Amino acid sequence: MILVFCELKEGQLRKPSAEALSEGRRLADASGKKLGALFAGASCTGATEAAKYGADLILTAEAPTLASYSSDAYATVLADAVKAKGATVLMAAATAEGKDVIPRAAARLGAGYASDVTGLSMVDGKLQAVRPVYAGKAFATTTFATPVQVATTRPNVFPAAEKPGPGIVESLPAPTGDFKSMVKEILAKASGKVDLSEANIIVSGGRGMKDGANFKILEELADAIGGVVGASRAAVDAGWGLPHSMQVGQTGKVVSPTLYIACGISGAIQHIAGMSGSKFIVAINKDPEAPIFKLASYGIVGDLFEVVPELTKAAKALGIGSR
Amino acid sequence: MKILVTLKQVPDTETKIKVAADGRSLDPADVKWITSPYDEYALEEAIRIKERIGAEVIALSVGGDAVKDVLKNALALGADSAVLLRGEGQSDAFGVAQMIAAYVRDKGFDLILCGNMGIGGDNAAMGPMLAELLGVAQANVIVKLEIGDGTFRAEREIEGGSEIVEGALPAVISAQKGLNEPRYASLKGIMAAKKKTIEEIEAAPVTPGARISALALPPQRPAGRKLEGEPAAQASSLLQALKDEAKVF
Repeated sequence: MILVFCELKEGQLRKPSAEALSEGRRLADASGKKLGALFAGASCTGATEAAKYGADLILTAEAPTLASYSSDAYATVLADAVKAKGATVLMAAATAEGKDVIPRAAARLGAGYASDVTGLSMVDGKLQAVRPVYAGKAFATTTFATPVQVATTRPNVFPAAEKPGPGIVESLPAPTGDFKSMVKEILAKASGKVDLSEANIIVSGGRGMKDGANFKILEELADAIGGVVGASRAAVDAGWGLPHSMQVGQTGKVVSPTLYIACGISGAIQHIAGMSGSKFIVAINKDPEAPIFKLASYGIVGDLFEVVPELTKAAKALGIGSR
Repeated sequence: MKILVTLKQVPDTETKIKVAADGRSLDPADVKWITSPYDEYALEEAIRIKERIGAEVIALSVGGDAVKDVLKNALALGADSAVLLRGEGQSDAFGVAQMIAAYVRDKGFDLILCGNMGIGGDNAAMGPMLAELLGVAQANVIVKLEIGDGTFRAEREIEGGSEIVEGALPAVISAQKGLNEPRYASLKGIMAAKKKTIEEIEAAPVTPGARISALALPPQRPAGRKLEGEPAAQASSLLQALKDEAKVF
């Protein structure tokens, strides 16, 4: 069996989980295996949605003790489910929770782990992964030496293709006892926007923005086209009051949106590493020699303080954001 | 309080990646090696805890002679002692976690700090794997850390915000950018480091997890085009192109 750990948000299957499930279905078909979707929490209402993406079996570990995320408790749920079902592949989306729990579960299972993969295949009944290394400056084909193979899938890379499966629900026992650590509180950002790593459209600013306050024009463009705002390391480190969580690059977030609009970003290798996986790149820069133009699907040589507001205006006129 | 900081030596972020003749590793020519930036936050945090409440800080790295630079730097910054675990430090996270776990066991560490990922390998896995092998608590991608009496309280970055994780010590905690602002080594620190020795230990044998069988550069991006005209014209041709050609909207 291929087992995919899935996350629910407000009772709905998270998109990165749907992507992982869908890829799991493809791998299960390719290797003649069953696909299991695994959920944990105080309530797993909504887990049945996994059937839409081809789950043969939907496993739920429901208990009040699992209401808050705990690395070790959740790792126990995952590892026990793998053992109980004799699964040979364990997957999840490379979300904050996935990246926290999956390596822990892998270590418990004595299994090799490939994180943040962008390609998966089954070779001789074993998982093989392709994953970006050096923040996307290279891709590593990764093979496993262990009977159980574990991977997390990078959000926004695998399509979430619907393919109905039987989705037979089975409940699992939940771990009890003292957990070593537990989430006590969630501090949400005021914006409520999606995270950079999951965003479909990113509008990013660099040193050319000249000041943190000027990011307002990027916010306006992002709002008009349904995107979120990022920044280069130069901008984050400039002391403009931009949070590190906005940083795109090798020492920030590595992103792969459909559209990445780089404004006033020269294209340092550090930054390019973090965004070169974007499907379409737009560069807006005064300097026609800026390295970012080598990557750009569309380049605009010009003053971003003139071009960006025009883009916002034109997007509103075309009604793009309202779709 | 006894703190271990694990440090990984990695290629500088400005490194231009070339694939070696074996087709599965990095060509080491012209590579400048540095301490993984996230590990620097881990070390700084350990030194701050030491300054605040008193602690013994031990720096550890896995590798060969080359990683001594990383350890010397850690000693100059304020680590009390350093351990070189002789072993394959660039291999898979599971292997490295096992080597470090074998060293750590029974040493009585209260806290193990590491970076949330070693840049380059980009696995973000060693910390949680080490926590599991040691059977202790974990908290990853931490931007704030408070140490209590046998407990910790950490703020960790998640999608769209952060969350507070509380747990028991000992724990493995991995640092994120924003946790602190690492200091530079002082001349006094550098001089003092010269008197400190690096303990060298053969790493324990491990069960391999995953290995890289091929390394390749990303495919070239298709050539793009420049959009000409006044800003308003550039803006409208861009949106048209994104709509009609790229079908983004």
